[in-house]
Amino acid sequence: MILVWMIGILLTGGILCWLLARRNPIFSKWIALLTLVTDLIIIVSIAATATHATIAHDAAATAPAANTPWLIDYRSAWIPSFGISFHLAIDGLSLVLLMLTFFLGTLSVLCSWREVKEKAGFYFFNLLWTLAGISGVFMAMDLFLFYFFWEVMLVPMYFLIAIWGDTNRRYAAYKFFIFTQTGGLLMLLSILALYFIHAQHTGMYSFDYFSLLNSSPGPAAAKWIMGGFLIAFAVKLPVVPFHNWLPDAHSEAPTAGSLILAGLLLKTGAYGIIRFVLTLFPQAAADIAWWAMLFGTIGIVYGALLAFAQTDLKRLIAYTSVSHMGFVLLGIFAFRTIALQGVVMQLLTHGISTGALFVMAGMLKERLHTRDIGKMGGLWTTMPVMGGAAMLFTMASLGLPLLGNFIAEFLILLGTFPVNPTLTVIATLGLILSALYSLRMMQKAFLGPGQGQPPVAPPLKDLTPRELIIMAALGISIIALGLYPQPVIDMVKMTVQNLVTR
Amino acid sequence: MNALQFDALLPYTLLAAASMVVILLIAFRQSHTVIQITGFVLLCAVIAALLKVRALLPVSVMPLFQIDGFALLFTGLLIFSVLIVGLFSYIYFEEREENPKEYYILLFLATLGAAVLTISQHFISLFLGLELLSVSLYALIAYLRNRNNAVEAGMKYLVLAAISSAFLLFGMALIYMDTGSMAFSGIANSMSASPGHSVLFIAGIGIMVVAIGFKLALVPFHLWAADVYEGAPTPVTAFIATVSKIGVFAVLLRFALAIDLRHYPTAITIFSVIAVASMLVGNLLALQQQNIKRLLAYSSIAHFGYLLVAFLPGNTAGVEAAVFYLISYSITLLLAFGVVTLLSTRDRDAGDLAIYHGLFWKKPLVAAVLTIALLSLAGIPLTAGFLAKFFVLTTGVQQHLWFPVIMLVLTSVIGLYYYLRIISTLFGESSPATSPKTLPPFFYFATYAALVAMLLLLFWLGIFPAATVEYVKEILLIR
Repeated sequence: MILVWMIGILLTGGILCWLLARRNPIFSKWIALLTLVTDLIIIVSIAATATHATIAHDAAATAPAANTPWLIDYRSAWIPSFGISFHLAIDGLSLVLLMLTFFLGTLSVLCSWREVKEKAGFYFFNLLWTLAGISGVFMAMDLFLFYFFWEVMLVPMYFLIAIWGDTNRRYAAYKFFIFTQTGGLLMLLSILALYFIHAQHTGMYSFDYFSLLNSSPGPAAAKWIMGGFLIAFAVKLPVVPFHNWLPDAHSEAPTAGSLILAGLLLKTGAYGIIRFVLTLFPQAAADIAWWAMLFGTIGIVYGALLAFAQTDLKRLIAYTSVSHMGFVLLGIFAFRTIALQGVVMQLLTHGISTGALFVMAGMLKERLHTRDIGKMGGLWTTMPVMGGAAMLFTMASLGLPLLGNFIAEFLILLGTFPVNPTLTVIATLGLILSALYSLRMMQKAFLGPGQGQPPVAPPLKDLTPRELIIMAALGISIIALGLYPQPVIDMVKMTVQNLVTR
Repeated sequence: MNALQFDALLPYTLLAAASMVVILLIAFRQSHTVIQITGFVLLCAVIAALLKVRALLPVSVMPLFQIDGFALLFTGLLIFSVLIVGLFSYIYFEEREENPKEYYILLFLATLGAAVLTISQHFISLFLGLELLSVSLYALIAYLRNRNNAVEAGMKYLVLAAISSAFLLFGMALIYMDTGSMAFSGIANSMSASPGHSVLFIAGIGIMVVAIGFKLALVPFHLWAADVYEGAPTPVTAFIATVSKIGVFAVLLRFALAIDLRHYPTAITIFSVIAVASMLVGNLLALQQQNIKRLLAYSSIAHFGYLLVAFLPGNTAGVEAAVFYLISYSITLLLAFGVVTLLSTRDRDAGDLAIYHGLFWKKPLVAAVLTIALLSLAGIPLTAGFLAKFFVLTTGVQQHLWFPVIMLVLTSVIGLYYYLRIISTLFGESSPATSPKTLPPFFYFATYAALVAMLLLLFWLGIFPAATVEYVKEILLIR
């Protein structure tokens, strides 16, 4: 029930924001913040009890029957005549991603505190509903429900980009929506096909994840059905030929929008592959593993090269996401425990580090009114605190040890090496490229001589306390994950092991 | 005709009586408001009658009518739509035409025609219903005779409808020649007695498809749709888009089920091609429209293409999906046309997209209604449109109709583009506010209330469809 509450709080919070904004726009900010903090507290308390439980569980070392990765399970009928139930459940993987969702969600409210002046009520409504959709995706254990949430997160995101975005916002919003919707509809077809095949075999009509797990479509059918799922997730992730929407959407979205897009929306693609593709079609997934890893590697290198060529700060960061998500794809299809643990780490750390970079790009845009790194330079002298923060996250993004991303990428590469040495070597070379683009960005924006400053410009303000809180929260968490990643790795261990042994 | 049959026909006789009552009211020089309220009460009486006769069903009134759960469901949907259309008509005509009273006679007659279609099980009653519907529509479309495009639309509809009626009669004649019967059941018997596909029969079906396709505005018989939608008064457009199409679809469905159309591969191929062509052409032509009424015309062409996917399997699941689809479709379109009606001014209908620019910041409620209606048309979850599309896809996938199903998915993505285009117009930068209207506040209030109620209904169907699905199933079992 607590799971339903978490989504319900977000949904009602969103509606309240919209309604009360007429009275006074200030309300909507505070309501949004309050909602997300409440959810964050709930999920952290769940996590705390869960860790205790796993420790106790390890100590007891009970029979394998009790060995279930599922922490909370809620289920009630929804449309019984079609076998659709309202089934939410979380395991370690969902828990970790939900924590990320509410953490970044809180920060996204904070970072739009000043940015959004017009239509604030509707803005926070969309923000909260997107987050509700995302958290629903991470919890839904009924394929119909999953698709439902998958779409629910889409529409408000479209509005976020289309209304509060930058100059080219409409184009970006269309592109984002149409790309993801195409994938989504193909996934819906696949879900339906799976549903009927399952019914043919067992005579039971059900969209439930756990009953569909036992269905075994024939190899040919499995390949097609998996294709539908895979396209939807590949567009979201994004895998290279489908990444086209990403730079536009990321660069045009408002800061909070970019933060959510990069930090959370991309993760739903990875989550989908791990949760559904690998478990529902183990054989078919193994068959295409080599190709998937190849595309992952292409993504790493291609994303890095394009990032290097960008002059627009937000586009640059967007392409680094493509590169980082290549690691995710590579790691998933290695089918190794270590690699998958690395993938989960990568999802978290990429969410934090790239999210932080986008937030910073937003702050720079607020101050300089440009995203062109050619027009920046020497910012460190005027804004040393921000420079320091930027340095931290750039280093994180390029995978410096001590910081979370290093652990993630290291684990992934460690896991993939025995499976496919060639691609792993190429992927590792991708890390060099990442150093290249990160340092270029750092150098152009923060170091070097200051240039292009209009003469009458007021001196640039360094981070305000609010911005400092955002940066500190992100910074502390990325360092913490770098120094002590064990809790995360433990938490997803059981889920991941179940995947690998299937 | 015995007493039972007479009772069972009560809703339809009431509907016929409604137009008589309106004539009398006009003769006694009653005002628009009185006529409107009387009409409303009468329609409510029809709905009450529908609920009451449910216990008596199924009743067959040989040879013309068959009143069963199927008819009940479709007639109920028709009456619901007409109730809403009537409400829109009041505020629409009150500011334009000094004498909008005859409008209601025509409206009720057209409704009667559509309702007759839902119960007909014979070619004669089919033709009667269809003509009653069409002839009233000629006049309804051109009702605002001072407007050029209204008259043009009326003429266009008249000529094409007359030709399509001729086709219909010819097709019926061919089938009669082949089977010797005009009743659906008689045709079915004769077909099952002599299996093997007679050329005459298939030709007859093919020719009838022209007429039916015209009424449903399916491609390639869709050429009238955009002009008529644009030219007709907005409530009439809403009527054409919902009532007239639902009635015709009902009879098509009944005919197909009666003769087991799914066993004729040629016919199925014809309908598949028409379905796919409608989805493609409808969505593609809608892409560049600058007038929301024309856009909705093309969108409804596409939607009937989708609907045909549920029609193709010819089984109960298909009928249920089709009914659910039509429910959600009519609610959605009525919402959209309701918004158009509310925004229309004395001189012209609010067709031009420029009027909608930045509407959300001026009239949030109206714009939100339109946005949600469009999202429902696009099939986005939380709205009924999503589940409707889902049920249609379900029936299609179940029957392995892969080609139409995949086309459905791909064309809905095209559709998404133009729905989003309107939505982003609604949320654009706002333009100067329009002048407020001065009209009796009560009907405005009623219209807003109806819009909000339908909006809630749309969400309710989209989130908790189980009750409705069960109810539809239960009623369809009465046969």
